[in-house]
Amino acid sequence: MTTHYLVLSALLFAIGGVGVLVRRNAIVVFMCVELMLNACNLAFVTFARQHGNLDGQVIAFFVMIVAAAEVVVGLAIIVTIFRTRRSASVDDANLLKY
Amino acid sequence: MEPIVEHSGGVIGASWLMIAFPLASAAILLLGGRRTNAWGHLLGVFAPVASFVVAVMCFLQPSGRYDVGLYDFIPGVAKVGLLIDPLSITFALLITGVGSLIHIYSIGYMAHDPERRRFFAYLNLFVAAMLLLVLADNYLVLFLGWEGVGLASYLLIGFWQFKPTAATAAKKAFVVNRVGDFGFLVGLFTIFATFGTFAFGPVFDNAAKASNGTLTAIGIMLLIGACGKSAQLPLQSWLLDAMEGPTPVSALIHAATMVTAGVYLVVRSGAAFFPEGATASLIVTIVGVATLLAGAIIGTAKDDIKKALAGSTMSQIGYMMLAAGLGPAGYAFAIAHLLTHGFFKADLFLGAGSVMHAMKDEVNMRRYGALRALMPVTFITFFIGYLAIIGFPLLSGYFTKDGIIETAMDSNAILGWLAVIGAGITGFYMSRVVFMTFFGSKRWADDVHPHESPSVMTWPLIILSIGSIFLGGYLILSNRLMVYLGPAVGLPEALPQFHPFSPTGLATLALVALGAAIAWVRYGSAEVPQVAPRGSFLTTFARRDLYGDALNEALLMRPGQWLTRLAVWFDNKGVDGVVNGLAAGIGGSSGRLRRIQTGFVRSYALSIFVGAAVLVGAWYVVGNL
Amino acid sequence: MGETFVFWVLAVVSVIAALGLVFSRKAVYSALMLGVVMLSLAVLYAVQDAPFLAVVQIIVYTGAVMMLFLFVLMMVGVDSSDSLVETIKGQRFWAVLAGLGFAVLLALGIGNAFIGPAKGLAAYPQNVPSLAELIFTRHVFAFEVTSALLITAALGAVVLAHRERLTPKLTQRDLARQRFKEFARTGRNPAPLPGPGTYARHNAIDKPALLPDGSIAAQSVNRYVARYEKAEGTLPPEVAQALESDSEALELEKE
Repeated sequence: MTTHYLVLSALLFAIGGVGVLVRRNAIVVFMCVELMLNACNLAFVTFARQHGNLDGQVIAFFVMIVAAAEVVVGLAIIVTIFRTRRSASVDDANLLKY
Repeated sequence: MEPIVEHSGGVIGASWLMIAFPLASAAILLLGGRRTNAWGHLLGVFAPVASFVVAVMCFLQPSGRYDVGLYDFIPGVAKVGLLIDPLSITFALLITGVGSLIHIYSIGYMAHDPERRRFFAYLNLFVAAMLLLVLADNYLVLFLGWEGVGLASYLLIGFWQFKPTAATAAKKAFVVNRVGDFGFLVGLFTIFATFGTFAFGPVFDNAAKASNGTLTAIGIMLLIGACGKSAQLPLQSWLLDAMEGPTPVSALIHAATMVTAGVYLVVRSGAAFFPEGATASLIVTIVGVATLLAGAIIGTAKDDIKKALAGSTMSQIGYMMLAAGLGPAGYAFAIAHLLTHGFFKADLFLGAGSVMHAMKDEVNMRRYGALRALMPVTFITFFIGYLAIIGFPLLSGYFTKDGIIETAMDSNAILGWLAVIGAGITGFYMSRVVFMTFFGSKRWADDVHPHESPSVMTWPLIILSIGSIFLGGYLILSNRLMVYLGPAVGLPEALPQFHPFSPTGLATLALVALGAAIAWVRYGSAEVPQVAPRGSFLTTFARRDLYGDALNEALLMRPGQWLTRLAVWFDNKGVDGVVNGLAAGIGGSSGRLRRIQTGFVRSYALSIFVGAAVLVGAWYVVGNL
Repeated sequence: MGETFVFWVLAVVSVIAALGLVFSRKAVYSALMLGVVMLSLAVLYAVQDAPFLAVVQIIVYTGAVMMLFLFVLMMVGVDSSDSLVETIKGQRFWAVLAGLGFAVLLALGIGNAFIGPAKGLAAYPQNVPSLAELIFTRHVFAFEVTSALLITAALGAVVLAHRERLTPKLTQRDLARQRFKEFARTGRNPAPLPGPGTYARHNAIDKPALLPDGSIAAQSVNRYVARYEKAEGTLPPEVAQALESDSEALELEKE
């Protein structure tokens, strides 16, 4: 049964990854990142169950914390960028290049 | 030869004061700056006189070879110490004695020069370095003095550095000496590699154990060093230009002392590296003869009084070299000629300086003439020096030069006859100088009013001329110098007997008289044109210093320039080409490669994601293997 | 059996929601889809003996994080829908290819790996105390570090959101001075606008105030209402007369 969970996790992760790559709205990109993190969490929880070891759940817990912190900072950055550029498109912030 | 014994204390132990006095004086004058202007020349004169007193006191001690250790430079490898033996004492007496006289003379000669204090500082520095050279008890310290006199020589030739010719001459002297010093250095390295020490004692004691080839190699290398310092062929070209320096410098450094350092080196090393009949000794004699002829020929054609004397100096040092290459039989004559030459050549140079002083620094002898009545003291002393150098019977040069010619004749008839011819040419060119300067008709410009020099300049001339009269006879008769030097340089198997009128001596005298007669006909009785006539090919040959500079230019300078240009070209095209090409290649490819940095975060994320997918694929493939 | 049922239902729901998240034009829909995925995963955690994480997932993610997302969306502009035209050449093709390859390879790898029957978490009958024990013993250092991380993140957010004031703040006094200067220059009324209904018989929003002479105070007319009434044809003529001097009052604003 755990295999199914893992495959689901992989699918969600891949979908999230594609979302990061194809969407330009910074907030949506961020959501896709969250989706990928959640997919990883699902895998962790599944592994915890598979191996009869709670450590996986602990790691998932830490991931949640880190994700929360990341969202706070990331969204603050997006707001700042939006304030100066009136745009939330990740493609518009492309000054750091050749 | 006597063994060298360690010594400390007493007068000998204080011999380092000889070097310390002039060195301290030079330091005070150089560091003190303009504050010492008022009394600088007095201190500058006091230092060599004090050294002379110390040297005389050392001379009066019981004769022997004493090694005075000062301190360990590199423990177990190189010590700094002084060797007090008859040879070094003789040199020390010459340097400090003649040096003191020239210092005194310089007070008058440089009286109107605003930089007189600096001049005395350099002269003191020279005296200190020269004493270090001759008193050193090992080759390393000797080399230190060697470089020191080179530096002092450079500073003094270029003393009037506002004259481009003086600055160039100083540079030329320095560079040519560098060539000689390079040979000397290689010799030093070989000595250390062979004997493991620089000290004279062990090196001379163990010389017999080294192979013949090594000894010859060291001898030739030391000879190259000696050639550079003593202006012997083929490194002679700098000495004539060195006359750009003030005349006391020409007298002290470029006639009496420094240029004889090469002779000192050969005599000092003679027992080990230039034994009688060895290849190195033969080369020394050949160099000596070649130089004595070349110098004499150059001397015949020069109108510049100092350059004529410089050619003469080259020639006389050639005689010394010739004698030094003849083994113990010649050493005493080499040193004796060196000493008497120190006196009469200093006398001649200072006399020339006195004339120049009177003639508003005019050096062209074609603008002199008939000065004997106006400058009686200068004329008489100069004339004594002249008689001494041409070997007029019973004057100094007669004894010493005749000794060299006799010894050379005993060793090799060709060398002997060439030396005799050289003596004849000497008679010609020195007579030419005297006749053009003091005889004939007045040829000087209207605004020149010749007058006798002040007594501070004439007294040294008088003392030097007295030395020029008597020193030779004193040294040579009853072999006094040879016996005195014996413990230091060895004695020949049979002491030579002095024959007043040997066939060789008579031939020499005849040739000298012939030369003087030709000079009288051409320059004494006849009118000397004020502008030099074109002259024959031979005259041009001599005027152009035997094409020495042209030869250097063609053989060394131009190929050197070509080589430099080739190196520059190679550096620009080859080395720089590779480096620049590499840089351009990297720059170009980077310019294209940087287009990858689009600035779009999503592109970067895509590459990360594709990379992750490839990793997963690789993991899968590897896992299934 | 029950778990299988729940899994298949929620798996299908979460994948569809995830695809919706990626492909919906409006960011708000994406946020809602993300919420659906998170809730589904919360249930899946609960099914897999992780009740604590399930609750945290709902509270932290669905509750806090999603609210934050929506909040920022409001600030940035909820109406704007993104253009789905790709501007970077080949980006979409390679992204989809990499995503497909990634998913297929990972799924293949997981499917091929030998995974035995799950041990289950029967050894930890009480989920929350067991987790607490682990967190405060073995992982206590990591836990402390995360607390530092959270504080740092909060500070960072404050710093980023802070806007430096470039001009001094205007006081009441400055504002009053400004108003009267304006009055002196243009004659604009420095006093507050009269409210509707003053001196009138009704104080409803559509009743203009009356001046002491009984005429209508034009300034008190609510223009939006007046425009609406004009469009409806119910604008009282005396109001229309009062507004005649103000030509723009009854025209629809150009927007």
